[in-house]
Amino acid sequence: MQAKKRYFILLSAAACLVLLFSLGGLQFRAARARARRQQPRSRHGPQPAGNERPWPRFPDALRPFLPAEPPDAGGYDAQLSPRQKRDANASVYKGKRCRMESCFDVALCQRTGFRVYVYPQQKGEKIAESYQNILAAIEGSRFYTSDPSQACLFVLSLDTLDRDQLSPQYVHNLRAKVQGLHLWNNGRNHLIFNLYSGTWPDYTEDVGFDIGQAMLAKASISTETFRPRFDVSIPLFSKDHPRTGGEKGSLRFNTIPPLRKYMLVFKGKRYLTGIGSDTRNALYHVHNGEDVVLLTTCKHGKDWQKHKDSRCDRDNSEYEKNLGTETLNCKEMIRGLLIRYDYREMLHNATFCLVPRGRRLGSFRFLEALQAACVPVMLSNGWELPFSEVIDWNQAAVIGDERLLLQIPSTIRSIHQDKILALRQQTQFLWEAYFSSVEKIVLTTLEIIQDRIFKHISRNSLIWNKHPGGLFVLPQYSSYLGDFPYYYANLGLKPPSKFTAVIHAVTPLVSQSQPVLKLLVAVAKSQYCAQVMSSRFLPYDNIVTDAVLSLDEDTVLSTTEVDFAFTVWQSFPERIVGYPARSHFWDNTKERWGYTSKWTNDYSMVLTGAAIYHKYYHYLYTHYLPASLKNMVDQLANCEDILMNFLVSAVTKLPPIKVTQKKQYKETMMGQTSRASRWADPDHFAQRQSCMNTFASWFGYMPLIHSQMRLDPVLFKDQVSILRKKYRDIERL
Amino acid sequence: MCASAKYNTRGPALIPRMKTKHRIYYITLFSIVLLGLIATGMFQFWPHSIESSSDWTVEKRSVHDVPVVKLLADSPIPERGDLSCRMHTCFDVYRCGFNPKNKIKVYIYSLKKYVDEYGTPVSNTISREYNELLTAISDSEFYTDDVNRACLFVPSIDVLNQNTLRIKETAQALAQLSRWDRGINHLLFNMLPGGPPDYNTALDVPRDRALLAGGGFSTWTYRQGYDVSIPVYSPLSAEVELPERVPGPRRYFILSSQMALHPEYRFDLEALQAENGESVLILDKCTNLSEGVPSVRKRCNRNQVFDYPQVLQEATFCVVLRGARLGQAVLSDVLQAGCVPVIIADSYILPFSEVLDWKRFVLIALQEIFSCLCQASMFARWFWEAYFRSVKAIALATLQIINDRIYPYAAISYEEWNDPPAIKWSSVSNPLFLPLIPPQSQGFTAIVLTYDRVESLFRVITEVSKVPSLSKLLVVWNNQNKNPPEDSLWPKIRVPLKVVRTAENKLSNRFFPYDEIETEAVLAIDDDIIMLTSDELQFGYEVWREFPDRLVGYPGRLHLWDHEMNKWKYESEWTNEVSMVLTGAAFYHKYFNYLYTYKMPGDIKNWVDAHMNCEDIAMNFLVANVTGKSVIKVTPRKKFKCPECTAIDGLSLDQTHMVERSECINKFASVFGTMPLKVVEHRADPVLYKDDFPEKLKSFPNIGSL
Repeated sequence: MQAKKRYFILLSAAACLVLLFSLGGLQFRAARARARRQQPRSRHGPQPAGNERPWPRFPDALRPFLPAEPPDAGGYDAQLSPRQKRDANASVYKGKRCRMESCFDVALCQRTGFRVYVYPQQKGEKIAESYQNILAAIEGSRFYTSDPSQACLFVLSLDTLDRDQLSPQYVHNLRAKVQGLHLWNNGRNHLIFNLYSGTWPDYTEDVGFDIGQAMLAKASISTETFRPRFDVSIPLFSKDHPRTGGEKGSLRFNTIPPLRKYMLVFKGKRYLTGIGSDTRNALYHVHNGEDVVLLTTCKHGKDWQKHKDSRCDRDNSEYEKNLGTETLNCKEMIRGLLIRYDYREMLHNATFCLVPRGRRLGSFRFLEALQAACVPVMLSNGWELPFSEVIDWNQAAVIGDERLLLQIPSTIRSIHQDKILALRQQTQFLWEAYFSSVEKIVLTTLEIIQDRIFKHISRNSLIWNKHPGGLFVLPQYSSYLGDFPYYYANLGLKPPSKFTAVIHAVTPLVSQSQPVLKLLVAVAKSQYCAQVMSSRFLPYDNIVTDAVLSLDEDTVLSTTEVDFAFTVWQSFPERIVGYPARSHFWDNTKERWGYTSKWTNDYSMVLTGAAIYHKYYHYLYTHYLPASLKNMVDQLANCEDILMNFLVSAVTKLPPIKVTQKKQYKETMMGQTSRASRWADPDHFAQRQSCMNTFASWFGYMPLIHSQMRLDPVLFKDQVSILRKKYRDIERL
Repeated sequence: MCASAKYNTRGPALIPRMKTKHRIYYITLFSIVLLGLIATGMFQFWPHSIESSSDWTVEKRSVHDVPVVKLLADSPIPERGDLSCRMHTCFDVYRCGFNPKNKIKVYIYSLKKYVDEYGTPVSNTISREYNELLTAISDSEFYTDDVNRACLFVPSIDVLNQNTLRIKETAQALAQLSRWDRGINHLLFNMLPGGPPDYNTALDVPRDRALLAGGGFSTWTYRQGYDVSIPVYSPLSAEVELPERVPGPRRYFILSSQMALHPEYRFDLEALQAENGESVLILDKCTNLSEGVPSVRKRCNRNQVFDYPQVLQEATFCVVLRGARLGQAVLSDVLQAGCVPVIIADSYILPFSEVLDWKRFVLIALQEIFSCLCQASMFARWFWEAYFRSVKAIALATLQIINDRIYPYAAISYEEWNDPPAIKWSSVSNPLFLPLIPPQSQGFTAIVLTYDRVESLFRVITEVSKVPSLSKLLVVWNNQNKNPPEDSLWPKIRVPLKVVRTAENKLSNRFFPYDEIETEAVLAIDDDIIMLTSDELQFGYEVWREFPDRLVGYPGRLHLWDHEMNKWKYESEWTNEVSMVLTGAAFYHKYFNYLYTYKMPGDIKNWVDAHMNCEDIAMNFLVANVTGKSVIKVTPRKKFKCPECTAIDGLSLDQTHMVERSECINKFASVFGTMPLKVVEHRADPVLYKDDFPEKLKSFPNIGSL
């Protein structure tokens, strides 16, 4: 018993001791580690003794950095006046140091607004297709003027896109030709487009003639030569890039998880020596043949064998291996096609696409990746990314550093899946908003310049980087984002709760029984109605609300129908919400778009004879669309509703919304009034058909989208007591 | 340390005596234990007391005691700042390395006093603000005390105000910093650059490749993507407390408060005043102030005296003109007052313009009057609070900008930088923001959650398989005690059928993002829903394609505010409104499965599994919260239960069910901190639904009733 007790005590004491030792040991180690960490700090530089703290808090009453009285108070004589200062800057900062303040005459624009003049094309001047497209895009835009005295920006009709002396497209004697232009004025207020500059071996960014004070819209521009807020960096696009419309982004749906078969891909040429060769030559370090596939080839140019290095044969074979065996026997040309096809396969199956610099900083890989919804991983140090002044590329690309190539795989693997999902969607938004056609690239360039000139009415970063993008959001409409129909969610706002009814009346009022009076009463009774106006063509300034209910005088509507449509619009403020719907279809036999007013299972347009939409679309219709289309509509006195539907669908990329209506609507439309009789007229119908085709060709694609649903009140035609129903009038015949 | 050594010698010596002298033994043993405890305790606290005492001496130290460094006349001077410097040419990114936190490490040199050959100090040692700035950095998570691990170096040489320093000697002082190396990765803070008469817009001190965080850059001196434009700190920010003003009209439309304006500007302003009268107020320095009143805090218009900066709160727009320098401290005062600045300074690079979107509220045309200036004022105030308020705020924003450049893929978002808290709180950013209408060809995957109702499950499978766009059927077998029926017993259908067995009988299993789901669209369907027609389901899928970011379902439900009980109530009556759809049969994006499983806030998931209820309400909350959008109810369907089943549900059962569901709504609303559900009054029907039109020509003729 005693012994047991003793042993027990001994054991417990021993346990205590062990515990103490271990505790003490831990402490000791910690103290040693602390001491070790402090050592290097004292190793360099004579440090005052006892200064163990990183930054001591000095209790002294220190002097403020800003003297109480500004030193420049008084003494104006010593200073230049602000005006003199401005003039001094303007005379000093020229050439490479040009800025809007010193090399651009803003006064020209303030007089007439932002108008762009294109020099008439000289006979015998060869202009490549890409530059033709650029000029056509400007001439088709709303900024174009043919009168140089009205212009604020001038664009040459001399092809300056390809300034590589070895290129067949190179225009000779440009210097003399430019100097000979009588409006040249040393390049002031001129905009010069350029895709390629410099040539082998050093690929300088010199365009080969004196541009004077002209602005450059240039691809592959480097941050060193880029003059901020003066030049515009544009993307490198191929000569096949469409003039208008353009291909859609290839993302059809968001996959979850957002990872694709390959993590990172690249396929392209490798330069063995010279400028820009380092990065691509080092890619094989990162290639793992599984989910990181970076294929390079040395086979290009005439004398690649001369420079070939030890890796070339291996790289070339791997580059070609992915073709598949059957293609190896084919001729060179076919092989070329198949290589491209194969590359496309890789693009569409990769989460990230490497975009390393080539000889020049920018490469075609950039736009290809963007369209393929493959998040670009930039490896091009010093490239001023396209439209970097307005586009936040961090939201759509991974900006890598050539120096840190080996970190790229771990970097992209560390990116969270939610972020990948967002990056990928953003690539698609940017592609469709600014890059898919030459016209978009040109318009974006012009809008950026316009924003610089009229600083106080320019787009903010949110407008540029959120759907629907800067080209569709005109800052002149309002400087407050809440006035546009697109940003309610971003600002945490609710769509407005009142509308203005605008009735398009043409017939004089003669009797009390005219349908327009009934309509007036019905609309005015709506609880959401703020204002009723009598003509659709009144200036929008007079409309006080954001929502517009547009009506024809012969429309028959009840208060309930109006109320219901408006509550629906509040859920979809960026779309057209209305009653009678129409549809378009592709007519295979005639190879053109067809228009139908038949009752079908789907629709793509809602007639604006009875529809609610945001007031902003009035503004966009007037200011965004070119005069040619508006004139056509005015002359025909028809198709304005089709054009409006085209516009809204082009902006939102969504169909309009049809809400339910009383049955008699159609019958009344076909009834007695003068306007309605037009609907029966076959000419009228043919006109609308041809309108659609004209509009589609201007947009460059068919923006209309079909919908198969109609929105009804929740209890619509349900077999429940009618007293339960809020919108019971809609069901009554 | 010595305490532990003591045990080592004493410990073994005790053993032989143990048998005889119990008493002594016990006493010794316990005293040893006690001693040990005390020693350990001492050890615990000893180093701390050393540290705190050293702290104490440091606190006592004054800037006057710092070591003196003598600069020889011929000691090296750095080259002038290189205007072509960019991050990829002049910044050594290897020092920053790859780290999981994506944070740069900043080292601060210790403070020294620099004197020239004759012992005259080069500059005032350090200003109050620069001390604050360095303190802020050393307190931040960017700080490192290990110079070898640092990626950015901040000298403790104060160059905030160029007027207070001797240029050549300061440059020499920079050059002899231990890691200077041509200024690579060194960051200098300067707020007042240049000096008379021409006032350069960047610091004149030669600094080679060092980064400059400067206040008052012009477009010619600012190296975009390399330098950081910072505000000029206004000491008034700390002195004066200006409470945020309630939005509303302000007395003056335009106000100019700067003293010492150039006569040319003053002339223009007076012309503006003559044009607009009372609504324009131009203030100047007071000439006839009594002694002792600080002139900085008063402004005058003729004989009228105003308190500054309080008077700024009375104006809608405040003019900020350039002086000799481009950057003006008054900008900070103006923002603090919530006044919208009208900045008139050609070529000025606005503070933090790399990340702040000044166009959200500044530089607005004066002629227009806006519907909501309150927002502009809110932005002004927010910018001040977040980035102008203190030297600390300025320093941290600068470091964050540089950090974002080095780790661009982990950069802070535009919204994070720019949105005031009120907007951050109420705004929604939809993760599926791209307007897409997925192609019909992809089809959808139906997920049937089942326990043991095999017969009804088979009926559901047969029914659902008739839907043309079905591409796969997934049965989630939630019964661990029973095996699913053999393969041969399952109905033969035209699409692949997969059975997934779960580890636990949980409702959440319905919303798990199974790898087997290969389509974007998911149809969640209960194993007893057999009344939905093929047309109805196909139509539901078509509607989902038009709204891929929403829940598209059949019977709708509503939440209501119960004024008597002061809480939310669940409503399943036939109402004119819907705010939820039941997930007994609903289409939604697979992404929401992922959100439900991994991103559900709070303990909602556990609550649902514990109560075996409300998983559909939770899903409705989740989707509405993340997208800010309402659900879409399709077709008239009001109930799932077939008429013959209603007898089973007693009225009382129904009652408890309703109470429980109401409880869920209240619980979820409190977890989300808000009520995200959106109420709408519409449902989606086929275009020709109930229209007087031949049924056989309709795409979806067979839409069932209630």
